[in-house]
Amino acid sequence: MAIAAETVSASGRARAEVRASLRRRSRPTESVIQGLLFLCGAISILTTIGIVFVLTRESLRFFADPDVSVWKFLTGTTWQPHLKQFGILPLVNATLGTSAIAMVVALPLGLAVAIYLSEYASSPMRNALKPVLEVLAGIPTVVFGYFALMFMTPLLRLILGADLVSGYNMASAGIVIGILILPLVTSMSEDALHAVPRSLREASFALGATRLETSMHVVLPAALSGIAAAFILAISRAIGETMVVAIASGASPNLTFNPFQPAETMTGHIARISSGDLSFNTIDYDSIFAIGLMLFLMTLGLNAVSQRIVRRFREQYE
Amino acid sequence: MIDAMSSAGRNDAQPPPSLGATEGFEPRVDARRRRADLWRQGFRASTLVAILVLAALLINVANSAFGYTAVQVKRDPATVLYQGVALDQLDAAGLVGLLESELKPGVVRRLNGEAPLASRSVRDLHALATERIVQPKVVRTWSLLDSVFRRGAVRRAHAAEFPNTALVFRSWLTADFLLSPQDPDPEKSGVSTAIKGSLWMILITILFAFPVGVGAAIYLEEYADKRSRINQLIQTNINNLAGVPSIIYGMLGLAILVRFLQPFTSGAIFGMAGGDSPNGRTILSGGLTLGLLILPVLIINGQEAIRAVPQSLRQASFGLGGTKWQTIWHHVLPGALPGILTGAILAVSRAIGETAPILVIGASTYVALDPSGPFSKFTALPIQIYQWTSRPSDVFRNIAAAAILALLILLLTLNASAIFLRNRYRAKG
Repeated sequence: MAIAAETVSASGRARAEVRASLRRRSRPTESVIQGLLFLCGAISILTTIGIVFVLTRESLRFFADPDVSVWKFLTGTTWQPHLKQFGILPLVNATLGTSAIAMVVALPLGLAVAIYLSEYASSPMRNALKPVLEVLAGIPTVVFGYFALMFMTPLLRLILGADLVSGYNMASAGIVIGILILPLVTSMSEDALHAVPRSLREASFALGATRLETSMHVVLPAALSGIAAAFILAISRAIGETMVVAIASGASPNLTFNPFQPAETMTGHIARISSGDLSFNTIDYDSIFAIGLMLFLMTLGLNAVSQRIVRRFREQYE
Repeated sequence: MIDAMSSAGRNDAQPPPSLGATEGFEPRVDARRRRADLWRQGFRASTLVAILVLAALLINVANSAFGYTAVQVKRDPATVLYQGVALDQLDAAGLVGLLESELKPGVVRRLNGEAPLASRSVRDLHALATERIVQPKVVRTWSLLDSVFRRGAVRRAHAAEFPNTALVFRSWLTADFLLSPQDPDPEKSGVSTAIKGSLWMILITILFAFPVGVGAAIYLEEYADKRSRINQLIQTNINNLAGVPSIIYGMLGLAILVRFLQPFTSGAIFGMAGGDSPNGRTILSGGLTLGLLILPVLIINGQEAIRAVPQSLRQASFGLGGTKWQTIWHHVLPGALPGILTGAILAVSRAIGETAPILVIGASTYVALDPSGPFSKFTALPIQIYQWTSRPSDVFRNIAAAAILALLILLLTLNASAIFLRNRYRAKG
């Protein structure tokens, strides 16, 4: 009896031990790991804070300079740092000029390629063409700069005459930026077109529409929000593009509306001023941060608009 | 269906549509077909344009990287003899003798000081003899297309303009070009300093960005409560960061890493600052800047890869009593790894080609010494290309093209491995 009681209590103890070992244990490593992973995510927030802080602080220093005023900065039409003339309009004008040219190239071309790939091309054709675009997307921008200077500019001069087109000009930089953002426009637009359900196309074909009519009147409107978002993102890329304009668009801040004249863009100016050993505590150093802030706000605004369009106008299909 | 049939049946009873409507219909179909055809050609032509542009770009680069050159020599190599043996046939001892007899004693002494002549290889000695005695100099270059398709015209131009020079077909991309350091003379200049700078920098970028990027992706996909305000903020923020122009990251790096954290990035707090004065424009700054730049792309790619791992795997692991981290480490990550790696390779190849940010943080454009560690001053391959492209002289354009080829080959290898990984992964999945 005593033995039996002992066995019972022994088995009870064993059961209690098992139960204890199965109980939810505190696992400090798990929490530590979660904390570390959260920090990894938080670095992105720190990056943003860093960007905003740096751009704002150095810009404020720039605007604190007696030679500079915010009003003159935003409305001045000459940018000549050595003459203490800091009007950003020539730089903004050149940025918008090259970006506009880029969009004129990239939008129709990119959309046409996307429609071709999504609506017309056979599957092997698509598989052969997509890598071409991927390769184009993977080429560094400095190579496009070389291409603009060594190919596009001579080509323009050959076609339009060397008198009209100067050796550095906005047109060739703009065209090449258009080529550079073409893969972006194409792949995003194609994704949008691809997301339109087959049933819509089939319904249209059943009504006797040609492939073109289906693409233009059914698929394209259904994918419009995605395409619009792609376009806006492309504009933002074009505005922020640096190397092509730094190489091919010239190195003088020049307020001109003639695309065949040299004109330095915001990014081109930042790159030129800061290449080499730019010394701190100079007005040149501070001024590029003011330009950077302007650039940041422009691209941020465009990106926000693009995301909003996607979110608000996206058609949900089941 | 039945409804449609019955209504069709009812229609049969009615009189057929008037003939006029059918008459207009046929030609309209033709017009519509023609229009469709025209646009189809238009779409196809646009696609062709995209391909042609890529071809033009590659041809344009190759065009400058290879081609005929008119080489002027100070002394004809055939007349350079040492004890009756021609330059090309000399062995090491003969080459040393030749150099000692031809060059000024001071020059020989200096060369011996750099590295004793007797201990140098035949190849080095031959290159040295060519450089010092024959002294070849490129006076004119022709493009590859001209060299191939208009060979006669090139020959005539060469004979007329540079009668005393040799016409040599030259590839500017050579082993020597890849292995020699930068030099003010473009003909002797190479990209080894720049390639080493790029590789060092990318190493730092990977060491920093890969763990952080994957960690952030895991946090956002596996741990984060999607409804919590802070996690939504992180997600939106990452999407926004992906759209920030790269030059802005350069400015962030310039102000924070190069300037504010100078003691850290110059290595001064580790007592490792290279050179005379602490300077934050180092490989470390460049690598970290590029790391911040590719972080959003890495995180977004990583999230997609982790999301693609089936939920059942996680549930099975939890069912067997695995903890959250055990589940992630042993089941989610292995499944997501090919996707993560593909994204990472693409991001890294983007970082290698980035020029603007490291230009802004001040990668020096002229560095003759190879980088020795994360705290060295450095230059990078794209910076080198930019620098050479901006020079007006022909020969600089040739070496810029050769450097571009080197960069593109490097990137294509990386991209091809990414595509290979992706395809293998897809085939398995």
